[in-house]
Amino acid sequence: MFKRSVHDTRPIVRILVEGAPVEARAGDTVSAALLASGRDVRRLTAVSGAPRLPYCMMGVCFDCLVTIDGVGNRQGCLVPVADGMRIEIQKGKREIGR
Amino acid sequence: MSKDYDVAVIGGGLLGSAIAWGLGRLGQRTAVLDEGDVTKRASRANFALVWVQSKGLGMPAYTGWTVRGARSWANLATALRAQTGVDVALQQNGGFHLTLGEDEYGRRADLVTRMHNQTGAADYRMEMVSASEAGRVLPGLGPEVSGGSFCPLDGHVNSLRTYRALHAGLKAFGVDYLPERPVSGITREGGEFRLATPSGEVRAAKVVLAAGNANQTLAPMVGLSAPMGPTRGQIVVTERTEPFLPHPLSTLRQTDEGTVMIGDSKEDVLDDRSMRQGINAVMADRAQRTFPHLARLNVVRSWSGIRVMPRDGFPIYDQSDAHPGAFVACCHSGVTLAANHAFEIARMIAAGSLEPDLVGAFSAKRFEATERRAGSGYY
Repeated sequence: MFKRSVHDTRPIVRILVEGAPVEARAGDTVSAALLASGRDVRRLTAVSGAPRLPYCMMGVCFDCLVTIDGVGNRQGCLVPVADGMRIEIQKGKREIGR
Repeated sequence: MSKDYDVAVIGGGLLGSAIAWGLGRLGQRTAVLDEGDVTKRASRANFALVWVQSKGLGMPAYTGWTVRGARSWANLATALRAQTGVDVALQQNGGFHLTLGEDEYGRRADLVTRMHNQTGAADYRMEMVSASEAGRVLPGLGPEVSGGSFCPLDGHVNSLRTYRALHAGLKAFGVDYLPERPVSGITREGGEFRLATPSGEVRAAKVVLAAGNANQTLAPMVGLSAPMGPTRGQIVVTERTEPFLPHPLSTLRQTDEGTVMIGDSKEDVLDDRSMRQGINAVMADRAQRTFPHLARLNVVRSWSGIRVMPRDGFPIYDQSDAHPGAFVACCHSGVTLAANHAFEIARMIAAGSLEPDLVGAFSAKRFEATERRAGSGYY
């Protein structure tokens, strides 16, 4: 759905999404990197289990919740990617202790 | 506004709504006079426990009334579900009050003993449990937990959905809900009560004061008294998480939708315009010492509210001697007692008299008899 601009020459950052290597760019947020990856990155909501994608991209709507390096319910749109970051798509509620 | 009603209920919170719902169910022509959406409303600031243990020290009748309310809650939940389709998520599988350290455990054990020594304890079934007994049903307890008390009658509910269901039910029963009608005066003429509101007068054969702490002001208008001693409380709410807590605790519960609620302070300063972070810090600290894995959860909300609290902590139900047909109802535990209000109190009001064997002990005349020691009745 999304394509990188040809003028985007930022350095590549390598992250893992559900264990698979994904190339992001330095300065991407986790949500931007997920949307640009072309993968199915829909999370499932905590109560009804409805599929959702990041929406507001500015920290307000909480539809980008994602598990980052083992910590659930992170707002992917507010967290910059870093080399080796492990991302898991959160299906439903956060598990306590994660 | 000249329509006549059998009963006008002043107050559309959880208590007034439950009574009005019960009156509507009995076919009474009923109006609910409420303030607006922005009014201070304990019905939206409560902790949503249906709670029995430790209630009634100093007034055994309150123990019996509470047990009765807890036992009939399922009937209310079923009726609301059938009528409105709203599931209020009632869970009554027993609740714990956990203690941290040996001193707290000792004090709780003393309380349990005092409760059992009081008349009416037969109904109570509250008992102390060791840390290892508690740990068998509550995985993840921290090392400081010394045990606590357990009562199999305790439970919790989704109180906001209960409130919504009651209001949907009022509509279905044909009860008139009249918002923005704070009552400024009540007079009795020609066998009916006339209630003055900014939108005109409302007339009814009977009037029920269910306006929370404002009952203190309204009651003298009809020869009643309702001495109140409101308190303030704060609650901390976390993000949703997978279910981990199979029983409600007195100050910690997980809602049916996964949220963890951490309560609840009891403060005397009644300014609820801002949060006191020091109090939230103490509550959060206790919560994470009880369940260390809670430390990783994010807090998403916190609120303060003013509690409805009769001066001695126990409910007040009375009918006026000077103005028969005028009733007053106030209590702190509007959630726990909701089924009693919907079924018992509504029935008594419809019949025109409060039943002494069920609620005689709750007359405000007790305040005249002796000046009781001020206390909340909650321990």
